[in-house]
This record gives sequence, C-alpha cells and structure tokens, in this order.
Amino acid sequence: MTRIELTVNGEKRSDEVEPRLLLVHYLREVLGLRAANVGCDTTSCGACTVLLDGESVKSCTVLAVQAAGHEVLTAEGLAPEGELHPVQAAFRQNHGLQCGFCTPGMVMAAVGLLRENPHPTEAEVREGLEGNLCRCTGYHNIVRSVLGAAEAEAQVTA
Amino acid sequence: MIPAPFDYAPAESAAHALELLAEHGDDAKLLAGGHSLLPMMKLRLATPAVLIDIGRLDELAGISAEGDELVIGATTRHADLAASELVRAQAPLLAHAAAQVGDPQIRHRGTIGGSLAHADPAADLPMALVALGGSVELQGPGGTRLVSADDFFQGFFETAMEPDELLTAVRVPRRPGVPWGYQKFVRRSNDWAIVGVAALDGRVALANMGPRPLRATAVEEALAAGASPADAARHAADGTSPAEDMHADRDYRMHLARVLTRRALEHQT
Repeated sequence: MTRIELTVNGEKRSDEVEPRLLLVHYLREVLGLRAANVGCDTTSCGACTVLLDGESVKSCTVLAVQAAGHEVLTAEGLAPEGELHPVQAAFRQNHGLQCGFCTPGMVMAAVGLLRENPHPTEAEVREGLEGNLCRCTGYHNIVRSVLGAAEAEAQVTA
Repeated sequence: MIPAPFDYAPAESAAHALELLAEHGDDAKLLAGGHSLLPMMKLRLATPAVLIDIGRLDELAGISAEGDELVIGATTRHADLAASELVRAQAPLLAHAAAQVGDPQIRHRGTIGGSLAHADPAADLPMALVALGGSVELQGPGGTRLVSADDFFQGFFETAMEPDELLTAVRVPRRPGVPWGYQKFVRRSNDWAIVGVAALDGRVALANMGPRPLRATAVEEALAAGASPADAARHAADGTSPAEDMHADRDYRMHLARVLTRRALEHQT
C-alpha cells in the first residue's frame, strides 16, 4: 500500500491505496464520487474524463498514485450544491444529452477545452471532443451546448 | 480491467531511476505518462513487478535549442510538444505529429519518450522521428549513447534500448521553413494510422507498413533521381510486407501507402 495525498474537488485527501488502483476506481469506490463513469475502460470513450491540474485526462488510464500531489476535479466539484456550472447549464439548455452516461465525461472534456480555448469554432469543438464518444445524440446538441457555454461565459466576462 | 499487482517506486532523479533499473532489471518497467504501458498492464500483456515512476522528474522534461538541433526531454507531453512555439517554428512536422496522437486527454498525459520506447509501428511520433532523421539519447550504467531513429526502431514494439537503459531525450534537426507533408489514414479520429506517411526534404517515412516505422527508400531514390511526386509515390509500397488486420488487408495497405505518399509529397506546407 502507498499513501497518497491530493486535492479532490477542492478538498485535501490522504488515503492508503494499492499502487495498481486506477484513479477512476479511487474516485468512485474510495471517495464515493460516481460522476466519472467506467465506459470502455480502454482510453477510448472518455466517460471517465476528469481534470488533473486543470487538464482533461481519462481516469481509467491514470493510477491513483500518479495523481498524488495534484488537483483532481470531477463533475461533482464543478459548481456548489444545487447550482450548475455554465457548461452543465448549457448542456441542459441545449438538450446535450439523452441517456446521460457519457455526459459527466463530455462536460469535463468541454470544461477543459474551454479553459484552453475560450472561444472555439464549431470545428474546434468537434476536434476538442474527439476523445469522447456519445452513442445517443449524434453529437450535434453536444457541440451546440459547448458553443452555447462559450457564448454565455463570454457574456458574463464582457 | 485492473493491472496485476506491482511495487511502485517513484524515482527521485534520472540517476535514481537508473539505480532502480539496475536493481530490478527485467522485472521493472518505467512509467511516465502511462498511456502505452497502463493499457498493456490492464490487459495483462505486461506484468512488471516494479513500476519506476519517472513522470515527476523535471530534469527529463522541457524543450530547448542546441546548435542545429532541438532537444526534447523524454517526459515532454504530446500537448506541450504540439503547442511549443519553438517546435512549431523549427520542426513543424514534429509538432503536427504530436497533435495527431490520440485525443486531447491522451495528449495531456502521453510523453514523447514513452511513445518512442513503446515503438508501435502505427504510431505518429516514431514515424515523425524517422522522417526528421532524429535520434534518441539513451542513458545506461556505462554512460549515454545516441541512437539514430533508423537504428532505434528494430521490430514490432522492439527498440535498440537495453533493459537497464533510460531514454532521456530526443534530438531532431532544426529545419525551419523546409516543406513537409503528413498523411494519416484512420477510420476514427483518435485512432492509430491504418497507414501513415511523413515526408520532409526527400525523406519519406511510413507508419504501419511493417513491424517498425519504415523509410520508403524506393520513393526517396526516385525523388533524388528527379522523378515527379506522382511517379515517385508509385514506389511507396516497394519492398514492404504490411500486416493484415480488421481494418485493412495487405493489398489495401499497399494501395494506401502509394496514394498517401503522393498526397504527402504533393500537399506540403
């Protein structure tokens, strides 16, 4: 067992973990944060996407020990209880989901994308989400959601 | 899928990583971004007893210009390579190749050293290094040696690196303003190349046309003899024996190599 200290959704954590424990399993099973889903489990689908030091990563392909000393943000930590982050609000507004399984990963990938590129074109949104699969929507409303969130944030900061 | 148990050994320096390698030998694997190794471990295709974590070593990351070369630390992540103004200006083919690896999440974690050491013949960066005529620095108990890309890649997931060596840096010639072409044929945007072609100044490299990234030597010879891009590209599959998989059979891969080589030679930036 190895002791890891890290920050998850703004809260300092210290836990004993097996080195082989994947970050997604640490989040879901040790911390009870179930937003990040295990979809393909092979770094393809992006359902397990979280932010590590502000950058999107697939938490099924990161060891919990690799996150030690770093900051992890999951969908649970995006906004205070009862409120929605602008990207979450835009997904609701634009009906950017159907079954919802890919949504936490899609939202976190979108948050990461908008941090790197606050005013993306539609093509840049589609490329920026190439690591996230959705089997329901056909992506159009997801892309609209991300563009809508970018516009809403631009209005807030204008 | 969960990897088999292993001991986790964070390296405190490159020298410490070498000590740990000497101690554990073949039972150990080096971990940087983990984006080639962890998927293999989850499938139990790799079951190292010890993982030596070099991902936190600042001394192995970073990009600098040194004489007529760029020196890129082994743990430089694909996203940083793709975004580097220095690389985009001095070796734009390499920055472009880094931006083609996987997807944004993968590029935030995966490292150039890891991708090269993994030596997947279908991957972007090994092909790019061959096209650029770059080399890798390998540090071992006996010191540091420099191995050219042509000699480094030896077979399917096989390199010239010894089990007690550490890939510390990648060197590529600075070629500002030299036209280059890059073609990658995939069915899904974040996939490996079914066939890939990288071309720079008369050098042409192929991905997934054999067990390692290959030089298209017949194309290079034809170009050197004055052939047009279209005529030279007809030789792209000469001497190759590509594998068959669910994406493509042998003949289709050879066809793709010829078409993509023509495009890589005709559409240069």
